[in-house]
Amino acid sequence: MYDLNFFLQQLSNGLTRGSIYALIALGYTMVYGVMKLINFAHGELFTLGAYFGYTILVTLGLAGSLGPPMAIGFSMIMVLGLVALAGHLLERVAYRPLRHSDRLAAVVSALGASIFLQNAIMLKWGAQYRAFGADLLPNVVFHIRNFNLPLVRLLVFVAAIVVMAILHAFIHRTRLGLAIRASAIDQGAAKLMGIDVRKVIALVFIIGPALGGLAGLLVGLYYGQINYHMGQMYGLKAFTAAIIGGIGNITGAMVGGLLLGLLEAMGEGYVSVAWKDALTFVVLIMILVFRPTGLLPERVAEKL
Amino acid sequence: MTQNNGHPQPAQPAQAAGQASDRADSQAGSQAANNQAANNQAGNRAQAPNGPKSSPLYGILTALGILIFAFLPMILSTLVGRSTPYWLDVVNTVGLYTILALSLNVILGHAGMFHMGHAAFFAIGAYSTAILNLTYGWSIMATMPVATLAAGFVALILAWPIIHLRGDYLLIVTIGIVEIVRIALTNNIFGLTGGSNGLVGIARPSLFGFRITSPKHFFYFIWTVVGLTILLFHWLENSRFGRARKFIKEDTVAAENMGVNTSRYKLMAFVVGAAWAGLAGTIFASRMRTISPETFVFSESVLLFTIVILGGKGSQKGVLLGSFLVIGLPEFFRGFEDKRLLVFGAALVVMMIFRPQGLLPSKQAHYKLPPGWADRLAQLPKPETNGPNGKRPPNGGAPPVAKPQNAPPEENGA
Repeated sequence: MYDLNFFLQQLSNGLTRGSIYALIALGYTMVYGVMKLINFAHGELFTLGAYFGYTILVTLGLAGSLGPPMAIGFSMIMVLGLVALAGHLLERVAYRPLRHSDRLAAVVSALGASIFLQNAIMLKWGAQYRAFGADLLPNVVFHIRNFNLPLVRLLVFVAAIVVMAILHAFIHRTRLGLAIRASAIDQGAAKLMGIDVRKVIALVFIIGPALGGLAGLLVGLYYGQINYHMGQMYGLKAFTAAIIGGIGNITGAMVGGLLLGLLEAMGEGYVSVAWKDALTFVVLIMILVFRPTGLLPERVAEKL
Repeated sequence: MTQNNGHPQPAQPAQAAGQASDRADSQAGSQAANNQAANNQAGNRAQAPNGPKSSPLYGILTALGILIFAFLPMILSTLVGRSTPYWLDVVNTVGLYTILALSLNVILGHAGMFHMGHAAFFAIGAYSTAILNLTYGWSIMATMPVATLAAGFVALILAWPIIHLRGDYLLIVTIGIVEIVRIALTNNIFGLTGGSNGLVGIARPSLFGFRITSPKHFFYFIWTVVGLTILLFHWLENSRFGRARKFIKEDTVAAENMGVNTSRYKLMAFVVGAAWAGLAGTIFASRMRTISPETFVFSESVLLFTIVILGGKGSQKGVLLGSFLVIGLPEFFRGFEDKRLLVFGAALVVMMIFRPQGLLPSKQAHYKLPPGWADRLAQLPKPETNGPNGKRPPNGGAPPVAKPQNAPPEENGA
């Protein structure tokens, strides 16, 4: 059973899953970088993305009327926009009033927002699992010798990577991206340099949730079903990925996500399915104990 | 430490200090008053922090409240008649959460460590009790100390390497711990935990031959433990240990500079809090008679976390109020079952925006000067930087910005 084929299977599975973690982790790492706040509601924004996608593709039945490629493209754009809007509203309501208050208050507000959103999603869409139709995507499987690669796996991976490449270019090539990076390193200095940090925070709360929401849609497409509390586990894992990559570091989040996905897929394949989540958290603790700034930390002098 | 804040207080006449001590914390009773009188006479030593200033009336009201609460089962039975056991169960649940939240308060409220994995230690206590009782036939009262120690021991092992982590990192690690414990329990670790079905048929506790079975029995049992917990942690708070923890919370770096071994005190706080959660686990297991991993999930930890923060971190009264609000109040809204958490989440956000310090925050401890010292301090020349009323003059009487002595030389090229 444990042959090369199996390994490749787990590898492709891990990379795809990892690319999803990476997309979510980006939201955590950008928000944490600028605001030093764990956005506990981020997992719920991810779930929201999945349900918006479900509504567009299944409830409204766009997949049937537009044809799969158009429908999926359209739903991605819609999800990006809608979840970005939700993220922006969240920031305005739950985080902006707390910008200058205690860290703990912000954490609890984030938890409250998370509980609120999770239950709002449950009340709106119900507590049961929702299935994306099996006929949504053509059930194509590429065969390379013995190795099977389903189209959906490739699609999810490519979509995630393309979006991340665009984000990477945006962060590293544009002035706005520079402003985000500067605010993440030192807010005070960034303000002195004429950067409007409030705008940067607002921007981060638009980009992060949009990517998280897209990840939700991709999970729906990839696994075919979603539920209202899936954001909790995905959120925790993506946050772990962000820490693995060094929180605040955007490239780190991408690498961390892919690494975590691979680790999980290999753990699942070679160790134990039941213990794979525990493995994730053991790795998290190990990294924080031995390398608290992550594998790719930002080079920032730490003040006490 | 700013001079400005401290300055007006010592200028108070000495009599005021004396009066304040007369009105001091009546809750602590006459013994404390005697101690304070002794301190006043001895004079030279700085006194222990005053509790919140309170009148004898406050003490009487507290005693009256406790007395009324002790008759709650009878009061309930006249008020709600046949559904008394149900409401007593609610009050018992509140009591259990109070014990848990008080123990979390030691870690989160006093030592200021963001610990969101308290359910893990609760679980360890509950499972220790269940396993010892079911597999080895121990009585519940015998398992209680073992469960307490077990939770404390595991906390010691787990916390040792992570205790130095700051704020959010500690938060996420403790979430990791609670998830690992849940997964281990679900996967029937060592073949002892019964997997996702949990363990069934745990015995009732019995005290001196008296079996605690009905909600009424548990009411007295649990709330006695709550009372003991409050006394124990109140004493801890005002001990050397408690003062060190407060210092650590206010300013870790300063505490370290003053020679407080911050990691040691943090670890102690963590272990004490976790052990007490283990004790609560014993009570929970024997009350429910059935335990399963679903009880000890992340959201349970979040609930405890919010009880402490909502009530006012660091304040035992706040924690008590918090658990009544978070656990008890929703019972009145059973009809809106599915919307309760929605409201709870929104309430958390609103609360943090308008009252981030919690409903009944702990008052800042203030230290009284021994008699005589106030006058001596008043005679000291005021620091030049202070304007009238101890406020800084508008021109910003800040001391001139000194150049750091070891400042790097100005850019002089490569």
